[in-house]
Amino acid sequence: MKGPVPSVRADAVADMARLMAAYPAGFGNRRRAAGLLLLAAAVGLFTGFAMWRLDFSLARILSGLGRLADFSLMMFPPSAGGRFWIYLQSLGETVAIAFLGTLSAALLAFPFSFLAAKNVIPNVFVHFGARRVLDVIRGVDTLIWALLWVSVVGLGPFAGLLAIACSDFGALGKLFSEAIETADRRPVDGVASSGGSRMQQVRFGVLPQVLPVIGGQCLYYFESNTRSATIIGIVGAGGIGVHLAEQIRVLNLQDVSFLVLMILAAVTVIDVVSTRLRTALVGRRAAPLG
Amino acid sequence: MTDRVPVAPSLPGGQAQALLAGYDRALAARRGRSLTALGVVLGCALLSAWAAEVRPGDLAANLYRFTSYIGRITPTLTWANLFGDLAEWYWNVGLWTRLLVETLLIAYVGTLVGGAIAVCLCFTASGNLGEIAWARFAVRRVLEFLRTVPEVVFALLFVIAFGLGPMAGVIAIALHTAGALGKLFFEIVENIDMKPVEGVRSSGGSWLHAVRFAALPQVAAGFASYALLRFEINVRGASVMGFVGAGGIGQELISAIRQFYYPDVSAILLMIIATVFVIDIADERIRHRLAAVESPK
Repeated sequence: MKGPVPSVRADAVADMARLMAAYPAGFGNRRRAAGLLLLAAAVGLFTGFAMWRLDFSLARILSGLGRLADFSLMMFPPSAGGRFWIYLQSLGETVAIAFLGTLSAALLAFPFSFLAAKNVIPNVFVHFGARRVLDVIRGVDTLIWALLWVSVVGLGPFAGLLAIACSDFGALGKLFSEAIETADRRPVDGVASSGGSRMQQVRFGVLPQVLPVIGGQCLYYFESNTRSATIIGIVGAGGIGVHLAEQIRVLNLQDVSFLVLMILAAVTVIDVVSTRLRTALVGRRAAPLG
Repeated sequence: MTDRVPVAPSLPGGQAQALLAGYDRALAARRGRSLTALGVVLGCALLSAWAAEVRPGDLAANLYRFTSYIGRITPTLTWANLFGDLAEWYWNVGLWTRLLVETLLIAYVGTLVGGAIAVCLCFTASGNLGEIAWARFAVRRVLEFLRTVPEVVFALLFVIAFGLGPMAGVIAIALHTAGALGKLFFEIVENIDMKPVEGVRSSGGSWLHAVRFAALPQVAAGFASYALLRFEINVRGASVMGFVGAGGIGQELISAIRQFYYPDVSAILLMIIATVFVIDIADERIRHRLAAVESPK
């Protein structure tokens, strides 16, 4: 490595002017560089403006960092303070909320996604309308849904479940309809040409192609919902978030770090299991964007 | 059963029987597997329903409340006095717009800072360019931690450390974004073509040179695309930061919901949905163009 190699570079650097004249394409072009510089300057200026607007101040950041350092010291050692079984129970509740929320969202989104798929419903108004309904539902954050459902069915995990089901209905509906739209046309044509009805075309032409994809997406969402189910407790919608918010507010930080470790462990286990199942379902493929 | 008829006569007796029996067995095995999977899912669902205190009766009994809730948050708009009614519905539009802009800025700065952290860390965390094993392991664990702790939880803590206000929200979103994007980024880096990297290294370039001149040009478009997607997610996330006092429109929304100012709830929700909608569409346009930049390589 160290032998003749650096001398190649040294020669090249010494010969820079001639090389630049001989291979202008290799040295980028001035206008592009100027454009990039301008873009960077604009982004920098705008970011400065945004930080000023958002009351950033170095003094507050520094004092905050000092306090955070204190907090991290206070987090050790993590300890449940005798509430381990209560925490474990709420963790189970969280996983249950995530599982049931994903399941009901998937069951509701599945039939609806066919309405939103261009190749199943050729009517522009129906699939456009269905798409927009999904977009509106998706635009509202899970925490807002939780707050709304709490005021309908009262405090407790049931409200959280409905919140997860609602926000996932939008997300899964969109993903499912995209999966249906990218399905191969040929099996459908095959069923149609051998006299299959419209329903049979969907059942035997489209479904076998999309079911594994949909299953994989559901598993992925189950995992990501376990994370989001930890926060809906902050507005009183059940799960481990109730304890997490409470312990943070009273600065009982040993419990906080213990709860975070519990969540990390649960998410890791679910991650491993769902990756296994997903690989079995769809083979090795990149996870859908969450 | 009728679809078997054309097959049967064309084969000598025993063979057709054997084929059909094999077909039935294969079918039965598949059905059995599907039924088992269904049973497992159903069992888990029942167990979860018990754990999550699902009471279908409650839902049925209270469902009218959801529809009546929607009825109550719907503003009264009349043709005769449309502008007057609209003005009354959006009586506080000045403050809401300002808070919505604040929400967007929180998401913007959070995505930018988090993305920058993710770019700095992802090369060390990747399997192909991260050459120091312990650093790779450590960075990956840190990213995992940042990704798993939801931004609202960070915000709860930062509101205490940095004081109430949007700064806590920005830092919370930036940290969570660093974790989420860091993972996606190092997966992109792991999929690059290694030949340019070898080229740079073999002509005496340092590790940083290899990252800058061989890896970065291959991954920049992908990074930008994921960052844009994350910006959209963060706008939604920033809209609830106000729930815990970390700035943005969330504080107005939660006080409207908690104090039963029904028309205000729908007015603010509509503003959030419209904003997310516009960003969603703009995002998709830009990402399509980025994908076009990316594909000819």
